[in-house]
Amino acid sequence: MLLALDTASPTVTVALHDGTDVLASATAADGMRHGEQLAPLIQQVLDRAGARPGDLTAIAVGAGPGPFTGLRVGLVTARTMGHVLSIPVHGVCSLDALAVEAVESGTVDGDFLVATDARRKEVYLASYDARGMRTGDPLVDRPAVLATETPVVGEGAVLYPDAFPNARGPMRPDAAWLARAVVGERVRLLEPEPLYLRRPDAEIPRAPKAVLSDVTPTP
Amino acid sequence: MTTPDEPLVLGIETSCDETGVGIVRGNTLLADAVASSVEQHARFGGVVPEVASRAHLEAMVPTIQRACDTAGIQLSDVDAIAVTHGPGLAGALLVGVAAAKALALSLGKPIYGVNHLAAHVAVDQLEHGPLPEPSLALLVSGGHSSLLRVTDITGHDSGVDPMGATIDDAAGEAFDKVARLLGLPFPGGPHIDRVAREGNRVAIDFPRGLSSRRDLERHRFDFSFSGLKTAVARWVEARERAGEPVPIADVAASFQEAVCDILVRKALDAAASEGIEDLMIGGGVAANSRLRAMAQERADRLGIRVRVPRPGLCTDNGAMVAALGSTMVSRGRAPSSLDLPADSSLPVTEVLAG
Ligand SMILES: [Zn+2]
Repeated sequence: MLLALDTASPTVTVALHDGTDVLASATAADGMRHGEQLAPLIQQVLDRAGARPGDLTAIAVGAGPGPFTGLRVGLVTARTMGHVLSIPVHGVCSLDALAVEAVESGTVDGDFLVATDARRKEVYLASYDARGMRTGDPLVDRPAVLATETPVVGEGAVLYPDAFPNARGPMRPDAAWLARAVVGERVRLLEPEPLYLRRPDAEIPRAPKAVLSDVTPTP
Repeated sequence: MTTPDEPLVLGIETSCDETGVGIVRGNTLLADAVASSVEQHARFGGVVPEVASRAHLEAMVPTIQRACDTAGIQLSDVDAIAVTHGPGLAGALLVGVAAAKALALSLGKPIYGVNHLAAHVAVDQLEHGPLPEPSLALLVSGGHSSLLRVTDITGHDSGVDPMGATIDDAAGEAFDKVARLLGLPFPGGPHIDRVAREGNRVAIDFPRGLSSRRDLERHRFDFSFSGLKTAVARWVEARERAGEPVPIADVAASFQEAVCDILVRKALDAAASEGIEDLMIGGGVAANSRLRAMAQERADRLGIRVRVPRPGLCTDNGAMVAALGSTMVSRGRAPSSLDLPADSSLPVTEVLAG
């Protein structure tokens, strides 16, 4: 039994798949409360399917790209559960689940792109073939730089209609589709490592006068 | 030593740059695994939150494994999970809270979201047995400088009551900033402590914040270290401008003396004013050798007993979280719910999350 989860967007999404079908799924979309919502949602889908953690045989987790704080909640949850239960944990590019859903639900035919909100007026973007297989590494950049007439799936397109006039659904990753994509071997499995695509913000303070400047103290 | 009917508790700490996983049975320490990202922050002169959060994610599972190996237990043996859910860096806290929930959920065991500051006090139980209640706790670290009246370490019935706190910088923050000024590495505490041993503690008369009669009226148990830090900066700059060498050891020793003097003075005044005979000192700055010696010496004169954990337990670690969690279990406190949030500005009075 596969547990699938994704926290790379403002939506927290969890699903349980028994190899044949999705048994239960749940999402919470009321903003950035991943840390609070994820564990209760997992408990909820397990309960609804009448399953226990010990019934799980694998975990699939959205590896991003996505806002880092939420992304890490999903990854550390998946890794820790995998460790406790001694089951494999697979990372999946979060844009890939959107691509498979778009192909299967018929919102695209032919090559397309997937774009999600990267904040700071940027999007995460990757390109896909007509079958929904990713044809390159995901990247992050300003919409104006990536502007295209090609169909673009995901929230990144509707946020920047000038750059992406040809927007399509779905908008955000859904764990039910992540689960189907993994079970159907429609996506590349990665290590459960975050796809940050950005370096951490950090500035090295100048040495002189630094005593009067502020740094985050060590509690 | 340990009896099987005492709770086996695993504690997780990620409020700053240490990924800590501790395991205790009752008040007995079985494992205290810590992975630190301090090296990655050193060149920034302070902890970079995103760097710390990334490091917590990478260190979490290996640190859990290391703690279990050291304790010689299986995760399935654990009776409860405890985790720091605040205060601290929000993104860093979230990694620990999520990991703790994943453990609780997978193992079917209760989770206790506890206060980092109260955990700094509770950790002493691993070394010196149950904390006398009431105790006066002096909590000094890079993020906090507080005087707490502790009548129940689980926080029950206003059991952790703040009497005073810093009104500007934390004591540990002053150590970091003065260390940087003296060209010593980050974090500053251990380096100032080391260098100060070669210096003269009374060479320079640095100010003791909030110690004038007028200040004492309004801020009897509060601290201020901002003026001290500025005084050190001015003194050093004046020497440099005059083209004279800066006597680093004397500056470090005199600065450290000023910090320790005011901390100990106010802590003992608070204890005496409440008729409390046990002083507990916790937090990273409690590792400072001068603070420990001075507190012992002055408390002895007043007949006040002093408890300070060994330096390794003063800095952030998972054992302190496990220690407080263990007390929660043995006193029958209700566990936290699975939607427990991380709270970066959690007040010290809120010891256990609902
Ligand atoms: Zn601390």
